[in-house]
Amino acid sequence: MAVNPNPRNNDTDGPRSFELKAASFTLPIIRLIDNNIEAVAARLGAKVEKAPDFFRNTPVVIDLSSLPEGVGAGELPLLVGLLRGYGMIPFGVRGGGKEQNAAAEALELAVLRDSYVRRGKGASKAEEPPPESEVAVDEAPAPQARASKQAASPRRSNPGFMLITKPVRSGQRVYASGGDLSITAAVSSGAELMADGNIHVYGPLRGRALAGMSGNLEARIFCQDLQAELVSIAGHYRVSENIPVELRGVPVQIFLDQKILRIEKL
Amino acid sequence: MARIIVITSGKGGVGKTTTSAALSMGLAQRGKRTVVIDFDVGLRNLDLIMGCERRVVYDFVNVINKEANLNQALIRDKRCDHLYVLPASQTRDKDALTKEGVERVLNELTQNHDFIICDSPAGIEHGATMAMYFADDAIVVTNPEVSSVRDSDRMLGILSSRSRRAENSEEPIREYLLLTRYDPYRVLSGEMLSVDDVQEILSLNLLGVIPESKAVLSASNAGVPVILDRESDAGRAYNDMVSRYLGEDVPHRFLNPEKKGFLSRLFRG
Ligand SMILES: Nc1ncnc2c1ncn2[C@@H]1O[C@H](COP(=O)(O)OP(=O)(O)OP(=O)(O)O)[C@@H](O)[C@H]1O
Ligand SMILES: [Mg+2]
Repeated sequence: MAVNPNPRNNDTDGPRSFELKAASFTLPIIRLIDNNIEAVAARLGAKVEKAPDFFRNTPVVIDLSSLPEGVGAGELPLLVGLLRGYGMIPFGVRGGGKEQNAAAEALELAVLRDSYVRRGKGASKAEEPPPESEVAVDEAPAPQARASKQAASPRRSNPGFMLITKPVRSGQRVYASGGDLSITAAVSSGAELMADGNIHVYGPLRGRALAGMSGNLEARIFCQDLQAELVSIAGHYRVSENIPVELRGVPVQIFLDQKILRIEKL
Repeated sequence: MARIIVITSGKGGVGKTTTSAALSMGLAQRGKRTVVIDFDVGLRNLDLIMGCERRVVYDFVNVINKEANLNQALIRDKRCDHLYVLPASQTRDKDALTKEGVERVLNELTQNHDFIICDSPAGIEHGATMAMYFADDAIVVTNPEVSSVRDSDRMLGILSSRSRRAENSEEPIREYLLLTRYDPYRVLSGEMLSVDDVQEILSLNLLGVIPESKAVLSASNAGVPVILDRESDAGRAYNDMVSRYLGEDVPHRFLNPEKKGFLSRLFRG
């Protein structure tokens, strides 16, 4: 967030406190062809590996228009976690139906209405960035968007906690959006845990664990038996190769100290 | 109502078909009305191991396509009255197995059988997903090596999400581990993972450990499920497995090298 450089001049009536302008940006769009997150993860992983810097801190829009109505709503949290895990900043969806938009709003993503992107002349190519004149800042939200917000509220009713009691297997991904994740079983190598808050693992942690997914530097990982392939707090990560032997196989906590990832015996 | 058991694995060639033949024969010999279905369309294998390949007229795909009815396609085992085989087609491709078709056949079979054993192809392609979708129980066949264990782990993840039980939020599929081709000598020398290593990684209910045994190959060459070879270690281990599946408390055998002399160790089999 940009901060007003002159704190004395923040009078709401003052003409210069801010300016409302429309601008357009060219953004990458991820158009989902089907809702198989495993397949998406595999392809995306390969792409990101080739050009990691290109994707780091890049805002992206998720295009749902190729999915049937309702399909993919359940996968959206996983996808968002996945994109964040690769350093991208997913900030909105477009082309979704009611249920999909509700899921997006529950994740605090913007729902970009078609009117932003399709209106106007050369807008037949879906991949094109929105033309400048179409960023309608003061347009009232469509009734559909309001309705979907209500539908979304139950998803938020249990914020901040997710409990898994069965082993998390290779290839599985768990994302606790908006809160902590606790696992009372083993996490296999090849599995991935993600949480906006802390991660607690009361079994061997052999896969990856990424806490503080949405940037919370205070998030921590606690585990009984550290054998992880990768651990990360708010994007600061360490791979297995760089975890000292004396910290493997013992109970530890992992946290950020001045943005340096630290692993400490418990 | 029959219980549907899928025999599955991530990696191929680990012993699924051998196990399907043994389990179905073992259950049938204990008086359970059993049918074993070959889901490995295009590869047809089970009928050879069951020794009924020369009696195949119609197959699973014919029944799905309503080109034949079940009674025409089911082959009754000559050794055991309670056992039927539904063979796979050699000529069709995997997509011939439609979800509706498979469901219809299973629903019909469930009326007058106690167990339906589904011999799955390896991996997660179409035939395998069809074999697992309707299952009540899954036996994940694993060899004591890292790649096989890793693939089984992945398979378990998929089982827990892509099944009728998962989609209807019913009680999840019961998962069992079966370790096959276990060679205590190679475990001792560190070439293979031990039972404990595998259990530690997969944390799963261990249904049995089947030793590596020459009896398996000779049995399948003869078209006789190895469980009928009561003299062999593999046959006895499979019998234990069936008892355990039915709830008996049977200790695991063949986990350690037999204390034998030098000569018999040379010719162990
Ligand atoms: N316990 C055992 N000891 C020795 N050989 C075995 C054992 N179990 C299986 N085999 C051999 O391994 C091979 C593969 O067995 P099988 O066909 O049962 O595996 P599968 O998992 O069904 O394979 P696929 O994935 O191709 O369907 C066969 O040659 C079989 O004889
Ligand atoms: Mg087979």
